[in-house]
Amino acid sequence: MTEASKRIIGTVDMINGPVVKAVDVKATEMMELVEVGKERLIGEIIELEETRATIQVYENTTGLKPGSLIYGTGIPLSVELGPGLIGNIYDGIQRPLKDIAQCMGNFISKGVKVHPLDREKKWPFIPAVKEGDMVGPGSILGIVKETPIFEHRIMLDPQHCEGKVVRVQEGEYRIDEPIISLSAPKGILDICMLQRWPVRHPRPYLRRLLPETPLVTGQRVIDTFFPIAKGGTGGIPGGFGTGKTITQHQLSKWSDADIIVYIGCGERGNEMTGVLLDFPKLMDIKKGRPLMERTILIANTSDMPLAAREASIYTGITIAEYYRDMGYDVALMADSTSRWAEALREISGRLEEMPAEEGFPAYLASRLGKFYERAGRVQTLNKKTGSITAICAVSPPGGDFSECVTQHTKRFVRCFWGLNKELASARYFPAINYMESYSEYLDSIQSWWEKEVDPKWRELREEAMKILHQDYRLQRIIKLIGEDALPDSQRLIIETAKLIKDSFLQQSAFDDLDTYAVPKKQFLMLKVIMHFYHRACEIIKSHLPIYRLLEMPVLNDIHRMKTNIPNNDTKPFDIILQQIDEQTQELEKEHMSIL
Amino acid sequence: MIEQTGKEYIGITKVSGPLLFIEDIKDVGFDEVVQIKTKNNEIRHGRVLSVSRSSALVEVFEGTGGLTIPSTRVKFQGRSMQIPVTMDMLGRIFNGMGMPIDSYPPPISREYRDINGLPINPIVREYPSDFIQTGISAIDCMNTLVQGQKLPIFSGSGLPHNELAAQIVRQARVIGQNERFAIVFAAMGIKNDEAHMFRSSFEESGAISRVVMFLNLANDPSIERLVTPRSALTIAEYLAFDKGMHVLVILTDMTNYCEALREIASSKGEIPSRKGYPGYLYSDLASIYERAGKIIGCKGSITQIPILTMPNDDITHPIPDLTGFITEGQIVLDRDLAKKRIYPPINELPSLSRLMNDGIGEGKTRKDHSNISNQLYASYSYVKKVETLASIIGENELSEKDKKYLEFGRAFEERFIKQGAHEERGIEESLNLAWEVASILPKEELIRVTEKQIEQYYAKQKD
Repeated sequence: MTEASKRIIGTVDMINGPVVKAVDVKATEMMELVEVGKERLIGEIIELEETRATIQVYENTTGLKPGSLIYGTGIPLSVELGPGLIGNIYDGIQRPLKDIAQCMGNFISKGVKVHPLDREKKWPFIPAVKEGDMVGPGSILGIVKETPIFEHRIMLDPQHCEGKVVRVQEGEYRIDEPIISLSAPKGILDICMLQRWPVRHPRPYLRRLLPETPLVTGQRVIDTFFPIAKGGTGGIPGGFGTGKTITQHQLSKWSDADIIVYIGCGERGNEMTGVLLDFPKLMDIKKGRPLMERTILIANTSDMPLAAREASIYTGITIAEYYRDMGYDVALMADSTSRWAEALREISGRLEEMPAEEGFPAYLASRLGKFYERAGRVQTLNKKTGSITAICAVSPPGGDFSECVTQHTKRFVRCFWGLNKELASARYFPAINYMESYSEYLDSIQSWWEKEVDPKWRELREEAMKILHQDYRLQRIIKLIGEDALPDSQRLIIETAKLIKDSFLQQSAFDDLDTYAVPKKQFLMLKVIMHFYHRACEIIKSHLPIYRLLEMPVLNDIHRMKTNIPNNDTKPFDIILQQIDEQTQELEKEHMSIL
Repeated sequence: MIEQTGKEYIGITKVSGPLLFIEDIKDVGFDEVVQIKTKNNEIRHGRVLSVSRSSALVEVFEGTGGLTIPSTRVKFQGRSMQIPVTMDMLGRIFNGMGMPIDSYPPPISREYRDINGLPINPIVREYPSDFIQTGISAIDCMNTLVQGQKLPIFSGSGLPHNELAAQIVRQARVIGQNERFAIVFAAMGIKNDEAHMFRSSFEESGAISRVVMFLNLANDPSIERLVTPRSALTIAEYLAFDKGMHVLVILTDMTNYCEALREIASSKGEIPSRKGYPGYLYSDLASIYERAGKIIGCKGSITQIPILTMPNDDITHPIPDLTGFITEGQIVLDRDLAKKRIYPPINELPSLSRLMNDGIGEGKTRKDHSNISNQLYASYSYVKKVETLASIIGENELSEKDKKYLEFGRAFEERFIKQGAHEERGIEESLNLAWEVASILPKEELIRVTEKQIEQYYAKQKD
């Protein structure tokens, strides 16, 4: 898309913000990428009627004049795929922001033409095929170390036909140099590392698989209570200030995915800066390398052109699909799909389409559905297993979940983490409302937890959840009559729920130890709390007043488990369990002797 | 301010509200500036909203009253809207379009800048992390402002948002930094008295020579409000990124700005979204708010404090709602607190500063800052629960613990939040005060602070 094209396909007739109408249109097709006017603004054909066309322009149209020429590029809006994506930061239509800054300075003006991938850099290519091998669409041709630890698998373009390798040689190549020659029915073809793929078309795979392993995020409320599977879809709706972005940052930092694609869609510039600042400094727990070495950022901040915001989530998911096809687990974060929907609404309004709910176009739901279905766990064309987990923030106006973007999102995701304003106001983070949230992956990932962590996991989780439910009902009574009026058995439920909420669910993103908890630690923490509950239940039956229980010194240790006990140390938990037993026994003895 | 160039057309086709429609034109660009001459040779200004090969739709900033179909003359300027930028603009007063209204001649500058600005490339942004001390405990301790942040004040009619903004301007400083700062003040549709209040406050504090004022008062044309904040931010960007000054931008009142936007949108016949506001309200507001920040390699910064009045005190109204999604937090004023005669009536619970965590802590404020402020939030939110309960069962029926919480809640409002309009508290003083009120609660209730911090600060302030 960067080579200047000379093929004139029409003339500008009318300009209305990002929507341009063209006349005298010939030799073009729907979704073709075009360049508009002297400044060669990038646009896409979105409507054709006889000799007229409507173009959605991805850049600011200020100063564009009717009568300007429109040039065709012959391809739909596409992304460049190949080594060099990792660690980069792109705008919504995959223009590299670093290179833009180098050639244009601090501000982004229009008409920039820069290659998304570095054409100069040479990559060491190690072939995985030899002369005489047959290769087909998606076949792995060889590997390139994209980062010191990341193996980028070079694949044959899925649109390519089968062929026999006639020449292959190890060596250092630029991405547009031929690495392999194939003999195909059409003759000898040279293949290079660089591929292009149209963003609005899902990349093909062999077959869909069901999700079965969890995406371990280290966030207790997610992993233990509302887990998401690798290849799953999740939605995080929340009003402003409820911590959507922090939650997404936490997931990008600590998820055990191989690649993270983070899309800042219509959000704050400083948030992207924050990611750029944090990620190179933070280390991947598994691999001990900077997080930036597995991250690709797409930033279309709220002040950047609107139409490119619409394209940004497709750009992101296409890149995600490319890495999935290599057999990797990719996690995609989009913050936020509401801004994407609003961009859709604005363009639809300028096209004078009939609006459905709240001015959004009627096709909002089907577009959302199509997008989320591009996530999933698949068997790739080269018989590997890869997955895309899509986790998208939603910004409902007024924090009202009944609005249409949240409601449509709920129809297409299987994991719903509703953020709550009241919790956020009390600085209770992550402010995930456990009464409103759900995950449909519990059954699929249960066996993973049972095998990898503890066979009792599900049982424990259900029990804790039951206490939270009971607590929720009791809280309504407390609002009317106060806590002291309740019998001790019910007060114990409230105190246990409080322990679960304060000492387990609440997790600080800013505490070095608390920011991430391994599954084993999560399990043991909950086990300690539930053990306290069981022991307390027994004693309370013998009419020991509950305040005596709450005075036990071990409670302080329980409170501080999350910040005091390191991730791989299980001994302190045994000690706490033992202390619970000892201290309750002591209380019991004392109580009996008084009686 | 505008050079005379371009072709002049006589006669227009249609006038409707603030818009005029003109046909048989050639070579006009989208978003171009237009000069309009009435039959009495009065000059007005406008901007092209949409354009086709032979016609254009133009919004007129000074209103369309008195325009005639045959004799109105329209001249297209061949460029988008610009204002001159120079250091001489400090201490001056302009209208929304950047024309002087203080009876001095227009500033002379060779440099003109497009008022729409350009998006800052996210990779050259510098993450804001320099603590600004406002001298107000409720802000410094709980919702810390940092240099380069955009932190709006959500207020309601009749609440002292203007006094609060004036106090912030008077007292704001960066500890240990003695650099040049400037204030850019943009008024959109505010009352004459309010503008006067700000002006005399700037004069009293001696800041007036460092202030650039853009005034569009309630009786000025509403459409001019759309360009007022953009003119103001253009000079702010010049002062910050070209001249290395720390610029504090006050935008008041954003509600009037949004109303003007709705007015134009509906006269253009656009499809409305929530409450009649156009669907692009979010993007439009973002193009203003995102012009705050710092740039790597530039000494200066732009800190924005937009003020908006929430219609009917409703925080879910589209204006505060969309603002909250763009800005880095918000300071919410509360009518109940104002009724209790607490100034500043800042309701801490819905208030937030997103950049706070990076601007505080050891070396910047104090190590315990984050924990103690979280503790106050958590405890104060529990106070609200207890208050509801007390209003049902009566205060006497509460448990001892809950009674303590009520006592804490009162001290928090009366001693911590409340302060004088001219009272300046250092950060150390605010944090000590925070511990003093927190010490009303028993130690076991303070679970957001570390044991070490309790040992160091708990109940130490009373002596």
